[in-house]
Amino acid sequence: MTNQRTGDSMTSGSGGLRPDLARIAGWVAPGSRVLDLGCGDGELLASLRDDRQVLGAGVEIDDAHVIQCVRRGVQVIQQNLEDGLALFDDKQFDTVVLSQTLQSMHRTEHILREMARVADFGIVSFPNFGYWPHGWSILRGRMPVSKQMPYQWYNTPNIHLCTLHDFEALAQDLGFRILERATFKHDREVRVLPQWRSTLAAYRFATV
Amino acid sequence: MTANPLRATGVSAVAAHAPTAADPGSVGVVNAQFLSFDVPLKLANGQSLDAYELAVETYGTLNARRDNAVLICHALNASHHVAGVAADNPKDIGWWDNMVGPGKPLDTRRFFVIGINNLGSCFGSTGPASTNPETGKPWGAAFPVLTVEDWVHAQARVADHFGIDRFAAVMGGSLGGMQALSWAIALPERVAHCVVIASTPRLSAQNIGFNEVARRAIITDPDFHGGDYYAHDTVPRRGLSVARMIGHITYQSDDDMATKFGRTQRDAAADGEYRYGYDVEFEVESYLRYQGEKFSRYFDANTYLLITRALDYFDPARATNGDLAVALAPAQSDFLLVSFTTDWRFPPERSREMVRALLKSGRPVTYAEINAPHGHDAFLLDDERYMAVVRGYFDRIAEEMDLLPLDENGRERP
Repeated sequence: MTNQRTGDSMTSGSGGLRPDLARIAGWVAPGSRVLDLGCGDGELLASLRDDRQVLGAGVEIDDAHVIQCVRRGVQVIQQNLEDGLALFDDKQFDTVVLSQTLQSMHRTEHILREMARVADFGIVSFPNFGYWPHGWSILRGRMPVSKQMPYQWYNTPNIHLCTLHDFEALAQDLGFRILERATFKHDREVRVLPQWRSTLAAYRFATV
Repeated sequence: MTANPLRATGVSAVAAHAPTAADPGSVGVVNAQFLSFDVPLKLANGQSLDAYELAVETYGTLNARRDNAVLICHALNASHHVAGVAADNPKDIGWWDNMVGPGKPLDTRRFFVIGINNLGSCFGSTGPASTNPETGKPWGAAFPVLTVEDWVHAQARVADHFGIDRFAAVMGGSLGGMQALSWAIALPERVAHCVVIASTPRLSAQNIGFNEVARRAIITDPDFHGGDYYAHDTVPRRGLSVARMIGHITYQSDDDMATKFGRTQRDAAADGEYRYGYDVEFEVESYLRYQGEKFSRYFDANTYLLITRALDYFDPARATNGDLAVALAPAQSDFLLVSFTTDWRFPPERSREMVRALLKSGRPVTYAEINAPHGHDAFLLDDERYMAVVRGYFDRIAEEMDLLPLDENGRERP
């Protein structure tokens, strides 16, 4: 299970949040409680704290990221997300975020159910496997390697790739109500034919 | 900020800053000071201690606002000598010297750090070996059994002495972490940050079991004399030594001991043969015996009993039907918890329990679980990630409190 949120090519040059994280931040109610799963270096939580007075906590496994969180004063719990969210009580948060981590988790359904347990609202983002060049690559006989997913089939942490429709179907099965969707191609938002044209999708949903 | 606030309150500055050439990060040569208290201290066991003395060391300078103080609480066998070089023994380096000093994770250029030898210990504070004023003889077995909470209330008087209303942080590892936790519960308004390392909210049956074996080793030593061995001019050295050997095993991980000693033989017979006897055969035996004997020459057996018992009794959730979150409800501080993956004495699961309770009671908590090979002892050792977490946390405190580096007169350095 690997978080791919920090240090990638989508970081915006303006010193602000990456466009997908900025969009996610915009979905969070000011002053609310947020749990960020796989919070990386704490960039999103720090921004939510500073700009939206959010009471946040993060979960992160990587030592270097944990240290970065501590240095920026972001409350962080070091643990492996595969172990579940046993440290967190039912509905301890308003919103729980899982950004660009779902696709690398072994127990996909389990973590989504756990998210529903700890918060009323969930936000999930993941690379869109339906991005049309991926299909083209497969037609040519090779697994896709892209800017968003720069791995070979044998060394990728992305073990549970899905398309927009795949995720929406799973969300429905789990009883989640999708409230918002935003899709991106690298650092630009995509509105036309996102199921084929976007490389990254973010959803906000109600878990109750 | 014009005068040294310590001098202004009539407290003499303790730390003589004579940096040793060897280590620019050292607080230098330090002298302990001995503070006497004569207001009776009510104890958990119902008794009270009318007068007592505490050995204290300080490092750095208390600022004019008196808000940059950090209390370091010690574990079983340590003392007030947290950092620097003891004035009377150049080989005596403080037990957390890698953590505390100028430029160290807990930076004495910004923080005023206090180490206190706990009541009942044997490094200068009043304890079982001290003279009982009622009898004129050593307290021995008559010295009251103390609890972690008793220590906290005694430590609070040291804070009063320095005019510190609220610590920037109270910090400790192992039993020291229990004291930090207890501070946050018992005196919540006096702790801004609580740093609990390699600790636990209560001992397990296994932990108590090890303590009991250690105590039985001491108590059944013929030289123990019911705790009044001072009168017999002897000490239960064998029992204390065995107690220390047991403790030592629990401080290290299985892998660590395997790496250090494995099954290496000590002074094997010809062709590496066993000696087929009961004297030292393996390196690990030699090491444990050496550690035990060394310890028994400087540590007081009654103190060992007292401190292991204080460990056993610690259980803040006992008063709240086992609900740690309710026990922690009074806390007002932010928390940093650190555990080590190979610590089987106080394993990460115990720290996670505290994290869970703190999250439940709404306290801000950060938790680092360090994948280090050295078992419980890791909290005393240099691990880059561990040190970086603590450094990051204290840097953040300093930033939030606008603490600037101070000179020895308490003035902010330009």
